[in-house]
Amino acid sequence: MKAFQKVYTRIDNITKATIVLRADEVGNDELATVRDDKGSEKLAQVVKIMGDSVTLQVFAGTEGIATDSEVTFLGHAPRLRVSDDLSGRFFNAYGDPIEEGGKNMAADGMGGGPDGGDGEEREIGGPTVNPFRRLQPSELIATGIAGIDLNNTIVSGQKIPFFADPDQPYNAVMANVALRAKADKIILGGMGLSNDDFLYFKHVFENAGALDRIVSFVNTTENPPVERLLVPDMALTAAEYFAVDKGQKVLVLLTDMTLYADALAIVSNRMDQIPSKDSMPGSLYSDLAKIYEKAVQLPNGGSITIIAVTTLSGGDITHAIPDNTGYITEGQLFLRNDSDTGKVIVDPFRSLSRLKQLVIGKKTREDHPQIMNACVRLYADAANAKTKLENGFDLSDYDERTLKFAYDYSEKLLSIDVNIDITEMLDTAWTLLAKYFSKEEVGIKAELIDKYWQS
Amino acid sequence: MKTKGRVNGIISNILIVKADGPVGQNEICHVFPTGEEVKLMAEVIKVVGDQAYVQVFDSTRGLKIGDRVEFEGHMLEVTLAPGLLSRNYDGLQNDLEKMESLFIARGSITEPVDFEKKWPFKPLAKAGDRVSAAAWLGEVQEQWIAHKIMVPFTMRMEAGTYTVKSVAAAGEYKVTDTIAVITDTDGKDHDITMVQKWPVKQAVRAYAEKPRPSRVMETGVRAIDTFNPLAEGGTGFIPGPFGAGKTVLQHAISKQAEADVIIMVACGERANEVVEIFTEFPELVDPRTGHKLMERTIIICNTSNMPVAAREASVYTGMAIGEYYRAMGLKVLIMADSTSRWAQALREMSNRLEELPGQDAFPMDLSAIISNFYSRAGLVKLYNGETGSVTFLGTVSPAGGNLKEPVTESTKKAARCFYALSQGRADSKRYPAIDPLDSYSKYLEYPEIETYLNEHIEDNWVRRVYEGKTLVQRGKEANDQINILGDDGVPVEYHQRFWKSELIDFVILQQDAFDSIDANCPMERQKMMYNMVLDVCTREFTFDDFEVCGTFFKTLINLFRQMNYAEWQSDKFSSYKQQIEETVQAQASK
Repeated sequence: MKAFQKVYTRIDNITKATIVLRADEVGNDELATVRDDKGSEKLAQVVKIMGDSVTLQVFAGTEGIATDSEVTFLGHAPRLRVSDDLSGRFFNAYGDPIEEGGKNMAADGMGGGPDGGDGEEREIGGPTVNPFRRLQPSELIATGIAGIDLNNTIVSGQKIPFFADPDQPYNAVMANVALRAKADKIILGGMGLSNDDFLYFKHVFENAGALDRIVSFVNTTENPPVERLLVPDMALTAAEYFAVDKGQKVLVLLTDMTLYADALAIVSNRMDQIPSKDSMPGSLYSDLAKIYEKAVQLPNGGSITIIAVTTLSGGDITHAIPDNTGYITEGQLFLRNDSDTGKVIVDPFRSLSRLKQLVIGKKTREDHPQIMNACVRLYADAANAKTKLENGFDLSDYDERTLKFAYDYSEKLLSIDVNIDITEMLDTAWTLLAKYFSKEEVGIKAELIDKYWQS
Repeated sequence: MKTKGRVNGIISNILIVKADGPVGQNEICHVFPTGEEVKLMAEVIKVVGDQAYVQVFDSTRGLKIGDRVEFEGHMLEVTLAPGLLSRNYDGLQNDLEKMESLFIARGSITEPVDFEKKWPFKPLAKAGDRVSAAAWLGEVQEQWIAHKIMVPFTMRMEAGTYTVKSVAAAGEYKVTDTIAVITDTDGKDHDITMVQKWPVKQAVRAYAEKPRPSRVMETGVRAIDTFNPLAEGGTGFIPGPFGAGKTVLQHAISKQAEADVIIMVACGERANEVVEIFTEFPELVDPRTGHKLMERTIIICNTSNMPVAAREASVYTGMAIGEYYRAMGLKVLIMADSTSRWAQALREMSNRLEELPGQDAFPMDLSAIISNFYSRAGLVKLYNGETGSVTFLGTVSPAGGNLKEPVTESTKKAARCFYALSQGRADSKRYPAIDPLDSYSKYLEYPEIETYLNEHIEDNWVRRVYEGKTLVQRGKEANDQINILGDDGVPVEYHQRFWKSELIDFVILQQDAFDSIDANCPMERQKMMYNMVLDVCTREFTFDDFEVCGTFFKTLINLFRQMNYAEWQSDKFSSYKQQIEETVQAQASK
């Protein structure tokens, strides 16, 4: 096929991330290859066409590209070959396998997927699911972590990020969540993942014997940053294949979306676009929404659930990236180091799952909503008592008890190393309530107290 | 003959088209991608010489230089006809329900109304009547609304320009059948059908006058109706950071508001929230009429992952449909969630056109665009003496929760009611998180509204509302003092002041949107509760110390809240009322 394609060898402009050349019959979003001075091919995508002047974004950066480098247009947008052969394999941002043996790019050069498979090639970043064809999410995803299952229950078809500081163990938590969730497929989209973290994910999945249900698209810190822009769409195209075509429950992990947004900013900067808040492109909201809105509950039983990581700088959630994310996703999860117990906990105050109302007390035991609220309220009382203590005021007996409760609650339930089922979480909560409080103090409906109070 | 053109440049979803004839600003054109069967709709947003800049309401992937373009000679239009109610449209009025496939394929176009269905038509005008644009010629029953068939809005508005030549007899007609013939002053006949088209970005002006709003639109939300009422034909907006409950509040209002027609514009927000409406509204019953909520609702849904340009169009599509139903003498409530996404769509366009940016890279004329849009709402007096109204309530999603950003500030200039959702209230689960001190309703200052409230609720109502607001303000000041000086450091009187404001907060301002009874509080009930609370607040009690004071008010708050949860005028309700009176009496006599 390549033989019939015209090769261009006159590049007019070169910036760090883009090249401009004269060409015709070029489609918007189309891919091209650029051969650099070492003879290796770099992938580029059309981002702007003005008459016969075509601007290409070169994913791997333009180092080594000369004004006479060969440019060949491929006639299609980035795509992925989808088939069951994707399972258990690791791909780079272009969808080419990166496992041992170093099989490189797929047959036609780019936009590969596994070699030799008879899968269909699909363009990534495809159309939107008709909102009217969606179903309301209603299936609980159990993770064993009480800070999530009890207080911020995740539902299939939901999209929810961890808002975490870079030093927090968000990747470990995410790997745990992924393995415990009863998903048919787990798709990892790694953007700017450090090589260590990449190997960590690989080992955890291998050790769990779960490799056959995992597909990974990984851009590590060793790879050029602009390549990252392809990762979420690659991961979600694979997810749509399994969810739509195969009716499977797919869990997509995207880490770290902040680095993705940074890559967006780089490209928009190189294209001389006017930046809006925090140097981010004006289209950041739409760009992020296009990714997150792929989360869906389908009528065929398949679903795509997205759990992402957005790292914060200095815990600032008003920065454009977490702020826009918060408006798109259905809640957010915060990790916090609890200085009393020395554990990492899921912060019950700042975390929120917007879809939990659809399942708690319906798919879980009837006392779930009340227990959840009672515990968080008492935990808030403990926080107040702590402030009192720090300010040198005397503590009442009630204050003392809330502090003890908070310690146990944090250790036995909120801590991320807890792994129990939801009924057990509820029972544990009842035990703690009965241990420190009277029936009147917990403010739970009388019928539930009669049924579950552990005297 | 149509102007034709060829694509000469592509920047994301903007095309530069070289046209071979006249091109109008905001004119609609279609792009025909080579080798594909579809056509993509686009709108002209700038013209430079023979180059038209058009924004495509769809993905531009694969488009090439030289692709064929056809200009349509008209602006973006909505189709107005019986059968709009209960439908789920995208931002360009394509019926989402009629799209068969799971994914919205590029260039999907579906009919906004059913052209085959027959409607039972009843004539209202007769031969010889003098009519003009928006005059009622007949009506058909659409759900439980008498849907008026009008002289198209695009015809002349001067009274009596046309004479009715004939009107079809009562019977079953399709929307495209001619149901009347009217003759203009030149003697030319015009066939009138039940369907007309209107350019969405232009306001419908076919009405006699637009007086100041003079009635209140009940929403069933105490923090709004009692404290900061929204006028029928008025405008309001709800800014709030994410998680503050904008959407829950809007959904609650859409369920409860006493409107004939509700138009929900989901503009660049989450698809799952729209799915919630799709799932719930066909089941929920409107307590006032006994009909399903979906029967009076039109959903315009352009979620955040749908094309950006169509997102901008969606709010206008909603407004134009609202104006159409207003011309029938109906009360229309339009809700848009969120107008910030619309403003962001404008920003993306402006950015790609390389216009010089204003604040935060928004276009310079953002403020003008927003006020122009809000001004289309309003109460109108029709030519036949009836009134109709469009009430508009939009949400704003301020970046970082900071109300000093351009969209919030521009909207503040345009909208008359401001319902600020505060992060602090949301964090302490005081829902709805409408801040009682920052929020306002300009309508409380309108003498017309004051008269209306005093007549419909009770004498001196507005004065009492201000009294309550002052109590909340004083309570906050007292609380600040307590926090600085400590519980013992201030007179007990300060605690009493603080607790009185807490009483108003817990009983009137807070409301449980998920409780079947408390969610919707009719005005009669609001009046009773507010008067009871205010009666307590205007009494001066004597307490031995601040703890006694706190305990007393906590008990009262609990009783009042039980009352809020109890069925109106049930035995339980009366029993709580009696307990409250006894508790207050006991304390007062001390």
